[in-house]
Amino acid sequence: MTFSPALEARFAKLLTIYPEGRQRSAVVPMLMYAQDEVGCVTRELVEEVARRCGVQPMQVDEVIGYYSMLHTKPLGKYHIQVCTNISCLLTGGEELYEHAKKTLGIGNKEVTPDGLFSLEEVECMGACSWAPAVEVNYDFHHHVTCEKLDRLIEDLRKLK
Amino acid sequence: MSDIVHLTVDGKAIEAPPGTLLINAVKRAGIEIPAFCYYDGLKLQAACRMCLVEVEKTPKLQVACTLPVAEGMVVHTDTPTVHEARKGMVEFLLTNHPLDCPVCDKGGECELQDMTFRYGFGESRFLEQKQHIDEKQWSAVVYFDRPRCINCYRCIRVCDEGMGLTALGITNRGVLAEIIPNEHDHLNCDECGMCIDICPVGALTSGMYRYKTRPWEMKHVGTICTHCSNGCKTTLGVRNDEIIRGNNRDRSGLNGEFLCIKGRYAFDFTHHAERLQSPLVRRNGKLEAASWSEALAEVAKNWTAIKQRGGRFGVIGSTRTTNEENFFLQKFARQVLGTNNIDHHRSGDVPTLLDALSGRTDALATTADFYERKAVLIVGADLSQEQPFLAWQVRANVRHHNAHIYVATPGPVREDRVAAASVRYQEGGELASLENLREKLRAEPELVVAFGDAIQGDAVRQLVNFGDSLGVPVKYVALLDYSNSRGALDMGLLPHLGPGYHAVDTPGMSLAAMLADESLDALWVVGANPLGRHVLAASKPFVVVQDLFLTDTAEHAAVVFPAASAYEKSGTVTNLCGEVQRLEAAIKVAGTKPDLEIFGLLAREMGANLGIWQASKIFEEIRGSVRGYNIPLPILTTGGAAQTAALNGHVPAPPRAERIQAAHNTLFTSGSLGQFSRTLQVVLEAPGALYQGR
Repeated sequence: MTFSPALEARFAKLLTIYPEGRQRSAVVPMLMYAQDEVGCVTRELVEEVARRCGVQPMQVDEVIGYYSMLHTKPLGKYHIQVCTNISCLLTGGEELYEHAKKTLGIGNKEVTPDGLFSLEEVECMGACSWAPAVEVNYDFHHHVTCEKLDRLIEDLRKLK
Repeated sequence: MSDIVHLTVDGKAIEAPPGTLLINAVKRAGIEIPAFCYYDGLKLQAACRMCLVEVEKTPKLQVACTLPVAEGMVVHTDTPTVHEARKGMVEFLLTNHPLDCPVCDKGGECELQDMTFRYGFGESRFLEQKQHIDEKQWSAVVYFDRPRCINCYRCIRVCDEGMGLTALGITNRGVLAEIIPNEHDHLNCDECGMCIDICPVGALTSGMYRYKTRPWEMKHVGTICTHCSNGCKTTLGVRNDEIIRGNNRDRSGLNGEFLCIKGRYAFDFTHHAERLQSPLVRRNGKLEAASWSEALAEVAKNWTAIKQRGGRFGVIGSTRTTNEENFFLQKFARQVLGTNNIDHHRSGDVPTLLDALSGRTDALATTADFYERKAVLIVGADLSQEQPFLAWQVRANVRHHNAHIYVATPGPVREDRVAAASVRYQEGGELASLENLREKLRAEPELVVAFGDAIQGDAVRQLVNFGDSLGVPVKYVALLDYSNSRGALDMGLLPHLGPGYHAVDTPGMSLAAMLADESLDALWVVGANPLGRHVLAASKPFVVVQDLFLTDTAEHAAVVFPAASAYEKSGTVTNLCGEVQRLEAAIKVAGTKPDLEIFGLLAREMGANLGIWQASKIFEEIRGSVRGYNIPLPILTTGGAAQTAALNGHVPAPPRAERIQAAHNTLFTSGSLGQFSRTLQVVLEAPGALYQGR
């Protein structure tokens, strides 16, 4: 399996930044970067990362099961993550999540038929000070209300 | 840095070498710190938090399983805080546990049960619905019951580190965390059952034992596995004359707790439906059940007649019968039948090795050497498949001692993963391939060399020369097939060598020569199946067979005696490294007799006096007369392995036409016997293949 030259360069560097014999530390960042390029963590990707980091595919599987931000199925172009942990919950995170479900017409970890949006209920993302928080791909949105969320979705839909 | 660290635990002064983990250091003072995930010999996990203790000057409770001792450390394991912590941990582990102990296989020998009893809270504050996940079957051997699991990672570690397979992993987090098999919904592995026996709870159970009995209803008999030549002790759980399980959880024997699928589960041939339970005599061309006296008389009559007219006998012994039986058999053949035409299915060139090393001490490797020596060279063997215990030792040696492993094989093997260097050769290029390793081997402080049947005859001497030329101490072992392949050689089931490798006056015919001899009058086959792969040239020889089953050879017989298996007799066997261990009879199968008794009865029927046929008496004779076997009896009687002494003297080995051809069993085959083990037949991995690199 080969990746874009940029990603290949990134991988090559990753394998050098850990102490000798600890190359398995690169498993998580490799999966994260490759997931963005490939679309999701495929079987082929698991075996490739295992090979490059010198671990068994089973050990990569363990990591995928553990970390919720690694996905084995393709997500929407815009992955909307709504936090419902304590700070967000107290400031309306749950209503926000319910609203998002209704607006998008999909449930947790589902993708809209046009492939544009996917939704996920997530645990704390460290944005408690600006709760309730929503993350779209890697962008944070603070003090989100149902109206703000609707506008955000509309804007993204226009953007395509 | 001081050589000894002093600490105080519960007011007791304790000394321990630096680096000792607290959990181990306290054992010497008779203090127990409970733990689930900590397991001697495996990597540290610190997952269960059962071993929390108070350490002075440390604000929080500490995990004793990962905490090395330190000078002046003051530890408390018996305070209200520690008790509270343990109660909390047990209560936590039981939140989703189904508490189905009354039907759980582990009930009675479960570590969670014992811990709950000793350290538990007695009640639970958890009122919510328990999380349930249905039980899963991962293979014919392994079943997984998620709710019982306490996530201690023992199974994952023993499979990854101990077996070198990584067939188990864990997915998800927290309450959803779950052990997973390598093929997502099933296992593709050695089916060794290490994960099942190491499980502290009833989460992993075996298809052979589950729901069959309660542990306290069994009698536990420690004996030696009858399959390969490594000589592992297997402790058989027996109820009502039936073997229900095998394991070695008490770590008795040279194998510790290691067993492969054969040692742990392939005892089931003992109650196979096709087991012979009555003598058979051929009448009108058909084998029919007969009484013992009829069958014995039939054999004695024919043998006496053949002997009187000067006919030719051939005797083929077994690689699974005891030393006492082999010794008695060769005595019978040589003294009563008057022939040196005696042989067995040979699998390794031990005589040439012993001759090449004659006069040396410390030149023969023991099974412990594979774990203790700094370097091991494997030539021409798929160790993980053919010699599973030696492979386990090698992996542990790498893990615990950073040993260097060198591999010279015709194809990929599992040892490649841990090897310092591997070379591949085409048949015939074995010795030449070693030249590529020469420089590396010279740099090692010591070496153990294990070689398969690819190295035989003159090649053995060349290999020893190669070893000598390295300039480091080298120990050798010739790899063999079955539980007493070595004993068959030592006891003189050979046409040219008697017991202890003494030359006989007139060498007899080899196994191949007997089968090819058109004028052979009588063939006596004990626990072997030569006609499974050879043809008998003689047209009408009188064939007598002693076996557990009606093998291809038995089908040609005039008389068949139903023999007892190794699990049904006493006596001694010698493993490939020359370590002698005692068999302990676990069960009796109606209608069968141990081969020794059959020999004795036949001798009496023929009016010959070969002495009393009692294993202990014959072993006395062996100790007194067979070179190397003057071993201390207390080691044997206490269930230990006694090392035979090295030979000091020439072993005559006339050049032989036929090559030694080992059976090359995989983990899932065991010669003719393997066909009668349901376990070995039903696992999906069977029959397996060598040199696949796994």
